[in-house]
Amino acid sequence: MTFLQLCFYFFSAVLVFAAGMVVTVRNPVKSALFLVLAFFSAACIWITLEAEFLAIVLVLVYVGAVMVLFLFVVMMLDIDLAVMRAGFTRYLPVGSVVALLLIGEIALVMISGFTSESFPAPAAHGADYSNSKELGLLIYTVYVYPFEIAAIILLVAIVAAIALTMRRRPDSKYINPSEQVKVNRDDRLRIVKMKSEPKPDQQIGGDA
Amino acid sequence: MIRDAVFYMTSWLPESLQILVWVMLKIVFILVPLILSVAYFTLAERKVIGYMQLRVGPNRVGPKGLFQPFADVGKLLMKEVLIPSKSNKYLFLIAPILSLAPAFAAWAVMPFSDQLVLADIDASLLYVLALTSMGVYGVIVAGWASNSKYAFLGAMRSAAQIVAYEIAMGFALVGVLMAAGSLNLREIVLAQSGSGIASWYMWPLFPLFIVYFISGVAETNRAPFDVAEGESEIVAGFHVEYSGMGFALFFLAEYANMILIAALTVLMFLGGWLPIIETAPFTWIPGVMWFGLKTSAVAFFFLWFRATFPRYRYDQIMRLGWKILIPVTLVWIFVIGIAKFYTPFGGFFS
Amino acid sequence: MSIDFKQLYKTFSLQELRKGLGVTGKRFFNKKITVMYPEEKTPKSPRFRGLHALRRYPNGEERCIACKLCEAVCPALAITIDSEEREDGQRRTTRYDIDLFKCIYCGFCEEACPVDSIVLTDIHEFHMESNGERLIDKKGLLELGDKYEEDIAEARRQDAPYR
Repeated sequence: MTFLQLCFYFFSAVLVFAAGMVVTVRNPVKSALFLVLAFFSAACIWITLEAEFLAIVLVLVYVGAVMVLFLFVVMMLDIDLAVMRAGFTRYLPVGSVVALLLIGEIALVMISGFTSESFPAPAAHGADYSNSKELGLLIYTVYVYPFEIAAIILLVAIVAAIALTMRRRPDSKYINPSEQVKVNRDDRLRIVKMKSEPKPDQQIGGDA
Repeated sequence: MIRDAVFYMTSWLPESLQILVWVMLKIVFILVPLILSVAYFTLAERKVIGYMQLRVGPNRVGPKGLFQPFADVGKLLMKEVLIPSKSNKYLFLIAPILSLAPAFAAWAVMPFSDQLVLADIDASLLYVLALTSMGVYGVIVAGWASNSKYAFLGAMRSAAQIVAYEIAMGFALVGVLMAAGSLNLREIVLAQSGSGIASWYMWPLFPLFIVYFISGVAETNRAPFDVAEGESEIVAGFHVEYSGMGFALFFLAEYANMILIAALTVLMFLGGWLPIIETAPFTWIPGVMWFGLKTSAVAFFFLWFRATFPRYRYDQIMRLGWKILIPVTLVWIFVIGIAKFYTPFGGFFS
Repeated sequence: MSIDFKQLYKTFSLQELRKGLGVTGKRFFNKKITVMYPEEKTPKSPRFRGLHALRRYPNGEERCIACKLCEAVCPALAITIDSEEREDGQRRTTRYDIDLFKCIYCGFCEEACPVDSIVLTDIHEFHMESNGERLIDKKGLLELGDKYEEDIAEARRQDAPYR
C-alpha cells in the first residue's frame, strides 16, 4: 500500500465518520461542525486526485464562508431537542422509504458496471502541470456562457435576498457613520477669545 | 547536503518514510524560528507600545527584558487549565488548536527565498487564503463551547467581521494575481523583480495594498478592529473563559497570524525576498534576510496601529468592510484589467 | 447634493489616520519618563496614607485613650478596640486590632483621633506571608509608632499649616 493509498483511506474514513455524525448527532452546532470536518476531508481527497484548485476552493468557499454563516445562524437558534425528537417515530416510515429508494438507485448504478475498469484513473501529470490554468481555460472558452449565466443568476439572487429582507425600522436611532466621520472640529466648536476677569475681592476669598 | 545526511541516517527505513522524516525536519526548521519570532513579537509589541506611550515596557527579566517571553510562557504553562462546568469540554479544548493550526499550516507554502519553500504548490495564494479563513473556527468554537455570554458575543462579532473582510481581502488578491498572472506566491514575487523597489506591486496596486493591509488587520482581530476581544464591553471576548495553556495558544495564534499577514503583504506587494535596489551592495544580503527585514517592518505597523487608533464601533467596521473597501478593490481590479490589456501600461505587469 | 471634493480627498488619502500615526511615531523617539521603581522613587506627600501606627507622648506614655472614635468612624469596620481601666485609674485599650485587608486607607481614623494617637505612616512597601499577619495588634502598632516616630512627627509638622 502506498502512502497515497494510506492517505485516501484515512481521509475517506474521516469523511464517512463525519458525514454519519452530521445526521446522527443531536446538537445542531456539533452537526454543523462535523459537516465542516466532512468538507475538509473531501477537500483532502480531492487533493490526492490532483484537483488542488477545486479542493482549495471548496475549503475557501464552503468551510471559510458558507459554514461560518451557517454556524452563525445555528448558534443563534434555541432549539428544543425534545420537540425535535418527538416526531421521530411518526416520520420513520416515510424516511425509511426514501432511504431505501436512494439505496436502491445507487445499487442499480453500481450493479450496471460502475467499476474502476469502466472509469480508469487519469494519467498522472508532471510537476509543472497547472490545474488552475486548465480549469480557467475550460471555463472561459468552452463553458463561458453557462459560467457567465450562473454568475448573473447568483448576482440576482444576492440582490433579491437583500431586497426581500431589507426593512427600515422607523424607531431606529441609527446615525449614518459617514456623516459622523465628516464632522470637523470647526463645525461644533467655537473658540471665544475674552479678556481675563479681574480677581474677586481677596477678603471674601478665604483665610489664605 | 543536509538532505543527503538525513537520508543516509534513515536508510534503514522504507523510502516513503524517509521522505516523511525529511519533510518533518523541514517543518521543524520552519516552525521553530516561527514560534521564536512569535514569542519575541509579543515582547516587541509591549516594548513598541510602551515607547509610543513614553514608557519603557518590560525591562526586568534578563537584559533589557529580553527573556520576558520565556517568563510569560513559563507562567502560562504552570497555570491551571480551567474548564467551565457547563461548557462543551471537547470543543472547548479543540478551539485553541483550531485557531493556531491554520496560522502555522499557511507557512507551508511561504517562499522565504527563491529556493527556500516547503511546498511550491500551484495555487499557493488560494491555499493561504483558505487557511486564513479557517482561523475563524477557533474563535467561533471557543465562543460557543465556553457557554458564556461574553465569549459568545465575541465569537459572533468575530465571525461576521472575518467573513466581511475576507471578501475585501480576496478581491485585493485578485488584483495581485491579475497583475502577476499566477496563483503561485513564488512566481508573484518573481514577477516583481527587475528594477528593485520601483517594480514592486505596491506602486501600481497601491489601493489594493492599503485595502489588503487593513483587511489583514481586521482578519487578525487586531486593534482598531478588535471588537472580538473588546475588553471594555465584553471583557475578553471569545477567550474570556480560557486560562493557562488554552489562553497561551490563542495568544500565540493571534501573533502568528499577524506575522503571517505581514509576510503575505511582503510577498504580494513588497517584492518578497528581492532587495530594495538590485545592485551590488544590496544583492549581497541573502534573500531570507530581506524577507525577514520587510516582514518585521510591516509587522511593526500592526503595533503602531494598536498604539494609535481607538477601537472602531461595530457598525463602522461593517460599513468600512462592505461599503468602502470592497468597492475600492472592485474599481481597482477594473483599472488593472484595462491597464493590462488595452493600454501601453500593460508592460508594467508582464 | 454636490460632492465635497475636499472631504473626499481627506477620506481617501487617509489624512487623519496618518496624522494619528504621526503623533505616536514622534513619541516613539521621545525621552521615556518611566520611573524605575525599586531603584528610583517619586517623592511622597507628607499626607501619604500607608501602614498604621500608634504614637506615644515624648515621656513614653501611649497616647490612645480608648475613646473608640476611630472604631466608630472607620467605614470598613477594620478597627476593633477593647478597653479597661488601668491600675492608675486611666482608661486604656487592652486590645487594638486593625485588619489590613479590610482597611481602605482612608485616614478617617487619624482625622477622628483627638490625641493624634492612631496615624497612617508613609510606609507602603509592606507585605504579609501568612494569613494571620493581616491583623496588627496593639503591640505591633505601638512598635511601628516607636520605630518611625521621627518620620511621623516630621510629616505632621510639615502638614501642620494646612490642618
